[in-house]
Amino acid sequence: MGLDIRLPIGIIFSIYGGILIIYGAVADPAIFVNSLGVNIDIWWGAAMLLFGLFMGILAFRASHRGAS
Amino acid sequence: MHLHFVDYAIIAIYFIFVLGIGFALRGRMKTSDDFFLSGRSIPGWITGLAFMSANLGALEVMGHAANAAKYGMFVNHFYWLAAMPAMCFVGVFMMPFYYGSKARSVPEYLRKRYDEKTRTLNALSFALMTLLVSGIDLYAMAILFQRLLNWPFGASVVASAAVVAVYIYLGGLTSSIYNEVLQFFLIVFGFLPLAILGLKAVGGFAGLKAKLPNAGYAHTWANIWHASQNPMGINWFGTIFGLGFVLSFGYWCTDFLVVQRGLAAKDMPAAQRTPLVAAVPKMFFPLMVVLPGLVAIALDPSLTKYLNGRYDNALPAMLGRFYPSGLLGIGLTALLASFMSGMAGNVTAFNTVWTFDIYQTHVNPGKPDRHYLNMGRFATVFAVAVGIGTAFIVLKFNNLMDYLQLLFAFFNAPLFGTFLLGMFWKRTSAHSGFWGLLSGILAAATHYTLYRFHVIFYPTDMAANFYQAIWAFSVCVVVTVVVTLFTEPRKEEELVGLVYSLTPKLRNRDLPWYERPGILAIGILALCTVLNIIFW
Repeated sequence: MGLDIRLPIGIIFSIYGGILIIYGAVADPAIFVNSLGVNIDIWWGAAMLLFGLFMGILAFRASHRGAS
Repeated sequence: MHLHFVDYAIIAIYFIFVLGIGFALRGRMKTSDDFFLSGRSIPGWITGLAFMSANLGALEVMGHAANAAKYGMFVNHFYWLAAMPAMCFVGVFMMPFYYGSKARSVPEYLRKRYDEKTRTLNALSFALMTLLVSGIDLYAMAILFQRLLNWPFGASVVASAAVVAVYIYLGGLTSSIYNEVLQFFLIVFGFLPLAILGLKAVGGFAGLKAKLPNAGYAHTWANIWHASQNPMGINWFGTIFGLGFVLSFGYWCTDFLVVQRGLAAKDMPAAQRTPLVAAVPKMFFPLMVVLPGLVAIALDPSLTKYLNGRYDNALPAMLGRFYPSGLLGIGLTALLASFMSGMAGNVTAFNTVWTFDIYQTHVNPGKPDRHYLNMGRFATVFAVAVGIGTAFIVLKFNNLMDYLQLLFAFFNAPLFGTFLLGMFWKRTSAHSGFWGLLSGILAAATHYTLYRFHVIFYPTDMAANFYQAIWAFSVCVVVTVVVTLFTEPRKEEELVGLVYSLTPKLRNRDLPWYERPGILAIGILALCTVLNIIFW
């Protein structure tokens, strides 16, 4: 249908990953008592960012193959 | 649960994307086929994830976490006993008829196989069921809004409904499917850390087992032999035949909510792969819903510390317990996403059945295509408006999962009998479908009345639902067979492409082995068997 769903998924996951990493880096470490002392925001943010970039790259490659 | 600015921002970004996908697709909805069937153009992996996600509504996520806290690992049967074989069956054996017959909906297939009255009966019962179900997701979504933003329940319902209405209105089934794929990934990323942190908190799987209030909670199969030995109060026959066969095959194989995703696929192999692609994540979903439920009951066996006296709180309570701000926003977005994908699935299925099977057939036939496209948009708004009403009905029920399985036992269970005979027994006559289906629904109604008035007794509502499904299905099959024997069979040449024995088999020789539906299904069932044994 023309719109590659991987593009919006890539964008939103990259944004979310970025937000989590930044927030995890600047937040008061006391909030991570909840998550058993693990700074889960940074770790999970990194996982989401990687997934977002991966989806974005797939979408980008597909659109270039389609155009040429 | 304390939310910070970052959590609100994450939720807001999600809504912007959901609506953005709707707007991006708005200009592409030119014909009714675009709106209702996505122009049959979507790759198999996308329809597969949407198939999975349309089923991932509020009940699936919050309901099964609650059930796990209440009944233990017995809940795994909903996945490994019920969903897996049924999803493989619909992909390998039934999709060729759905997709190949070019039917636009499940009721339309029934018209081709049986006759107009069978179709109309199914269309009406399906439309009614869908509207009753759609209120559940809306209700759950509104409760969440109410907690997060402190809005009154009514305003929360209307706001949640408006978002779903807008994106389906704009982009039809494509918008719904695309959003379901986005929602699928959000749900996985939103709930997976809960499984990891939860297990870590209770000291791994061994620690979890030791902390459960009852050793039986850690077993899927070990306590199935007698109804008195398991907390759901159901023996092996009720579980295997009622849940594993009738209810699950009735839902996965005939419920247009999920089948519609397969019909949107771009070709036959993609349509067949749709339920098989969905089965893979579905198989591992107990990790994301059953496990947090078990962790919740292990940490709070008296339901006073986190659960606040209600099993339904298991999943949100665990999110609040383990997630810091930031990730909490993601977790809540995942919860909202699951409610929206469940609601949207119901709305798109309803607008299709209403427009094609009721409106175009009985109310206003022979109009230009544009007219039906507009009717689909109108039906979307109508379905959401009625959904708001049913959300208030749901507010009066206290156990949502029982409510849902009750509806399935009424409408899906007998329908599966009609399908099984219609697809695999060519003798089944045109009239028999209608009478079988009608008597199946009436049998369900009779059983329900007898149970409600305490003429017959079951230990739990869920057990009653399983047996109601068995009765509805059996009566449907018997009546269909009997009516068939006394009526004219249909001509064989009319049934080509609709009945198994009269349709050329798909060999799929040109596909690589990893794309052949049969091989995929065998692999899925083998893996699923291993899981059953591990968590016996």
